[in-house]
Amino acid sequence: MSPSVPLQEMIRAIRSARTQCEERGVIQRECAAIRAQFRQADNGGRSHNLAKLLYVHMLGYPAHFGQMECVRMIASPRYSEKRVGYLGAMMLLDEKQDASLLITNSIKNDLSNSNQYIQSLALCTLACMGSAEMCRDLAPEIDRLLRASNSYIKKKAALCAVHIVRKVHDLGELFTKAARSLLTEKNHGVVHGAVVLITELCERNSETLERFRKTVPDLVQIMKGLVISGYSPDHDVAGISDPFLQVRILRLLRILGRNNEGASDAMNDLLAQVATNTDSTKTVGNAVLYETVLTVLDIKSESGLRVLAVNILGRFLLNNDRNIRYIAMTSLQKIVGTDHNAVQRHRGTIVDCLKDQDASVKRRALDLSLALVSASNIRSMMKELLSFLSSCPPELRSQTASGIFNAAERYAPSQRWHIDTILHVLTTAGGDVRDETVPNLIQLITNTSELHCYTVHKLYRALLSDISQQPLVQVACWCIGEYGDLLLRGECQETEPVQVTEDDVLDVLETVLQSHMSFPSTRGFALTATMKLSTRITENVDRIRSIVSIYGSCIDVELQQRAVEYNALFKKYDHMRAAVLERMPVIEKNSQGHINGETIKESQTVKVKPGEPQQPANQVCDLLDLLGGSEQPLQPSPALGSTAPPMPVSTANTVGGDLLDLLGGLEPTPITPVATVTVYEKDGVTVTLSCEKQSDSGLTVTLTASNSTESDIRGFTLQAAVPKSVQLHMKAPSGDSLPARGAAKVTQMVVLNNPNKVNLKMRLRISYTSQGSAVQDTVQIDSFPGLGQ
Amino acid sequence: MLFTERHSRPAIRFILIQNRAGKTRLAKWYMQFDDDEKQKLIEEVHAVVTVRDAKHTNFVEFRNFKIIYRRYAGLYFCICVDVTDNNLAYLEGIHNFVEVLNEYFHNVCELDLVFNFYKVYTVVDEMFLAGEIRETSQTKVLKQLLMLQSLE
Repeated sequence: MSPSVPLQEMIRAIRSARTQCEERGVIQRECAAIRAQFRQADNGGRSHNLAKLLYVHMLGYPAHFGQMECVRMIASPRYSEKRVGYLGAMMLLDEKQDASLLITNSIKNDLSNSNQYIQSLALCTLACMGSAEMCRDLAPEIDRLLRASNSYIKKKAALCAVHIVRKVHDLGELFTKAARSLLTEKNHGVVHGAVVLITELCERNSETLERFRKTVPDLVQIMKGLVISGYSPDHDVAGISDPFLQVRILRLLRILGRNNEGASDAMNDLLAQVATNTDSTKTVGNAVLYETVLTVLDIKSESGLRVLAVNILGRFLLNNDRNIRYIAMTSLQKIVGTDHNAVQRHRGTIVDCLKDQDASVKRRALDLSLALVSASNIRSMMKELLSFLSSCPPELRSQTASGIFNAAERYAPSQRWHIDTILHVLTTAGGDVRDETVPNLIQLITNTSELHCYTVHKLYRALLSDISQQPLVQVACWCIGEYGDLLLRGECQETEPVQVTEDDVLDVLETVLQSHMSFPSTRGFALTATMKLSTRITENVDRIRSIVSIYGSCIDVELQQRAVEYNALFKKYDHMRAAVLERMPVIEKNSQGHINGETIKESQTVKVKPGEPQQPANQVCDLLDLLGGSEQPLQPSPALGSTAPPMPVSTANTVGGDLLDLLGGLEPTPITPVATVTVYEKDGVTVTLSCEKQSDSGLTVTLTASNSTESDIRGFTLQAAVPKSVQLHMKAPSGDSLPARGAAKVTQMVVLNNPNKVNLKMRLRISYTSQGSAVQDTVQIDSFPGLGQ
Repeated sequence: MLFTERHSRPAIRFILIQNRAGKTRLAKWYMQFDDDEKQKLIEEVHAVVTVRDAKHTNFVEFRNFKIIYRRYAGLYFCICVDVTDNNLAYLEGIHNFVEVLNEYFHNVCELDLVFNFYKVYTVVDEMFLAGEIRETSQTKVLKQLLMLQSLE
């Protein structure tokens, strides 16, 4: 049957319009005509007009003036008009429109109409756009239809009930009994509807879920019927009997069997049967198998069944159809944590999927590959991952890079391999790595002292070829600065040495300094490296001097500051230069908590300078950690002042020392303590504590140290940490050396303010140098004399 | 995963039939969207689906759900479902639907869908309801459609 003539004509007219403008003109004319028609009394062509309007709406033009017409048409007794009216209602009306309420009564009447097709129209519309109030009004009607009508209506009523339950959760109770009885029907459509309804009810309400667990045997029975039974022409799709129903039942079984032993046992056999008997040559069969696998993995199934499921996924991975490989990987990703070994068997195929052309398949393969890396397969996996990195789409690069780093860190078979891998990543994808890579790599390099020579040679070569990858350039500059002497020596065990002269090295660093591709931080690295080389090379120190003085007038403030300080180091403090620029000690990696991590990294990247501040920074961090990472601002003794200005510490010490000397005469006389307690006594070093209450919450603590050994002690420092709410202020100590045999003492005052009156505790760290070796110790003070605690 | 959160939405959010140029031949919505949201969704789906070819899978991750689509001649049939749904089952559902259209219109072509758009809606409503697959037997659906036709 062809559409009505007026409708056809209009469609043709619209399609023949050649431009957007023409089309708009045609549509405006038609709409005007339709509007005029609507205003007229009932005529035979009403349905055609509304149909025309709906077509216009489908093209994207506004059509809300037809809403009232829809309402009128729905109320008409003629089928053709009702039909178009309901279609219009579904397309033009939605919950937000007030007109939708007007059709509630019409729907109610139509639901009891003798003509089943009119009933079905009403059901359909209600299921499509029924608002919450409409649903509440009409729910009893639907329930009635669920029980007593023919199967055509029951099917639709079941899904309509699903919609109602979604809109108004409480009405679920109403439909429970009816849903249960529908399961026993023969008609597939009805059973399908019932299963969907039960699924919806169970997912909403856990009590209903408990009640429906009893239906598991029935469901198993139905499934068996579908799987074993012969050919059924109505519902057959490529040899499988009603796969859609099978899939839905499997899904319901999954929900019922989750976390429940009894139900899971009951369905074990069935699942095994479905898994083995279903034909997997076509997509249909695979759809059923896939749902089965999902169910098996989700319920408490026995291990044999799980192995079967993972094998099916493995078979999927080998399938030619890309779709199936994709969903197999999605599922494997979910179980890689729990069934790791089973998934490992398919590692080869997964790695092959890295080369697939579809980006989403690549991403899945990448996630899975990273999860499958282990100590035994690290070398081969890394080869694959590195080759993937060079060809992967840009959005996956940073993920791949960080995955590679994590894997390398956990399973690196040797240090050299680790360093090589990181260098490889930096050269291929340097722009996409995270910021903490640079300090991590530097720390790794300093830790492997036997490979310094090898590393610096490799980095030098990399720098010669390409200076655009910033992380790589930063690390290379740092290494050249530190180990430049190894580079110039020209001999190396691990790799073929390069013959470099001092000029070559300085050329490279200058190129980095001047290149427009270098970030400001990179140039900072390069400048510092140049400076460090002044102690490691012999001939071209003047060249370094001139470079440094040029940058003394650089526009970049950071570079300028550095250059000026280095200049000062050349001129006034030349005697200290060697000590300041000597080789750095091994940097400890502090892996406890972020606060520590941040501070260490700061002190590494910003202070790529005189080695001394490293020790105090470590100490500060460790103390922070001792108190459980409390954010209590710690006042390290002023003589250390490491995290503050970038001045070389020795200078600060000298300056501080001068100040102290100036104040020498004003040295505070040790207050005669009210009560003294010895808090530390070891190796001849004694520290005593006395305190005096200044106010209700304020307290002054005096620490006195003395040395009874035969040798002098130098660099004696005290650091203190207190609980969070207590404020601490350490005054300058009287000195930092303890002469032998108790000839003199060192005192330090600490002012505490305890407004919250918490239990006062203090942790004290004592460090000093005795007979050339550094000593560090910690002691905790829990009670303070004279406090009445 | 809270049950209620996941299931206040129907499994199928919407069904779209579009041609390569982006003209909508059918749009059935099972969830509440504003008109401008609908327009945006239509445009986005079109943009995502038309750039893919045979070397891509039939599934696209789209916002926080996914689209299962298949191309038949110049038309893209797209179903938008939840991320946890079974992709292959809905792919088969699309094919089922297309086969019914083919039978009903006797070797359907795009023009059939244009001139008989309201009939296409009838077919959709016979096979899908409330955002779920409703009737899967092709013979039954065709029988019903012929009955409905005779009423007009």
